[in-house]
Amino acid sequence: MEVERYPMIPSNEIDAAEGLMINSMMAASQHPIPDPDSWLDEELSRNVLITTVDYVLDWARSRSVFPLMFGLACCAFEMIGTAASRFDIARFGMDIFRWSPRQADLMIVAGTLTWKMAPAVKLVYEQMAEPKWVIAMGQCTISGGPFRESYSVVPGINRIVPVDVYVPGCPPRPEGLLHGIRKIHEKIVKESIQKA
Amino acid sequence: MTTALNCEQVAKKIAKAVPGAVVAADKASVVAKSESLYQVAEFLKNTPAFDFDYLTNLTAVDYMDYFEVVYHLISLKHNHSLVLKTRCRDRDKPVVPSVVSLWRSADFQEREIYDLMGISFDGHPNLKRLLLWEGFVGHPLRRDYL
Repeated sequence: MEVERYPMIPSNEIDAAEGLMINSMMAASQHPIPDPDSWLDEELSRNVLITTVDYVLDWARSRSVFPLMFGLACCAFEMIGTAASRFDIARFGMDIFRWSPRQADLMIVAGTLTWKMAPAVKLVYEQMAEPKWVIAMGQCTISGGPFRESYSVVPGINRIVPVDVYVPGCPPRPEGLLHGIRKIHEKIVKESIQKA
Repeated sequence: MTTALNCEQVAKKIAKAVPGAVVAADKASVVAKSESLYQVAEFLKNTPAFDFDYLTNLTAVDYMDYFEVVYHLISLKHNHSLVLKTRCRDRDKPVVPSVVSLWRSADFQEREIYDLMGISFDGHPNLKRLLLWEGFVGHPLRRDYL
């Protein structure tokens, strides 16, 4: 039976092609590739960074969150402790607790919310400028806590204002609140101005 | 330290000044009739031997059969104290005379009792709810609330 045979490697053809490619590359590479930024003068090229608007905006926002002091009950003392020197909230760019909602981005609601106080919470939340975030700190704020069945306590602040991060505890330790603040930062860096 | 007066002896003096005012008296407290409470309070404040010029506390207790309003009085001059009580049996419309005109500190305390216990104070200049909001139904510190 006659079987057609052919060589596995065509003689010299691959080598020849390789040689041609190398020769052409050698001919094209006689001079170094120019720096793409060479048209910039030196001062400019040292000082200009290119990035996205979202990245810069989120970076700036997440590192300068100004919290609003909203201590309603005993949780407020843990919040004050978080702001004091041992836990030092200034490490996260939150140097000053703001007393005016117009200067604040983050409302930390710490403590039991009563129905009589609820209109004030809503008013303060509405006075805050966008973008704004809310941390519900402590069991009472999250769900009413031990006073949930009471005649005068709001069973959960999410019935009054939308909440971004819940920090459970009775009261939460300052480490817990710092963890909640880190979660707020993680949420901020995911945001985009296109959606805003 | 403030010393407490023996209320049995005080009750005798009250009974002499305002006849028929004292309902009961033991060593710790005097219970006055609610109709003559204002006269008793006036007597305790204006008599130089007692001179109760300061109302430290005013509260109310619900005993189901009756309400008891409790006045804690102090004399800053003589440094002695007295517990005066009055009872109110009408559960639907309990009324006690107001003592705001004698002691200004009774103002908010009477409003608090009106708010949480539902006892009206006759003669109070501004009797409205203090802690709860207007329109709240019921008086939460009553024992039959809920």
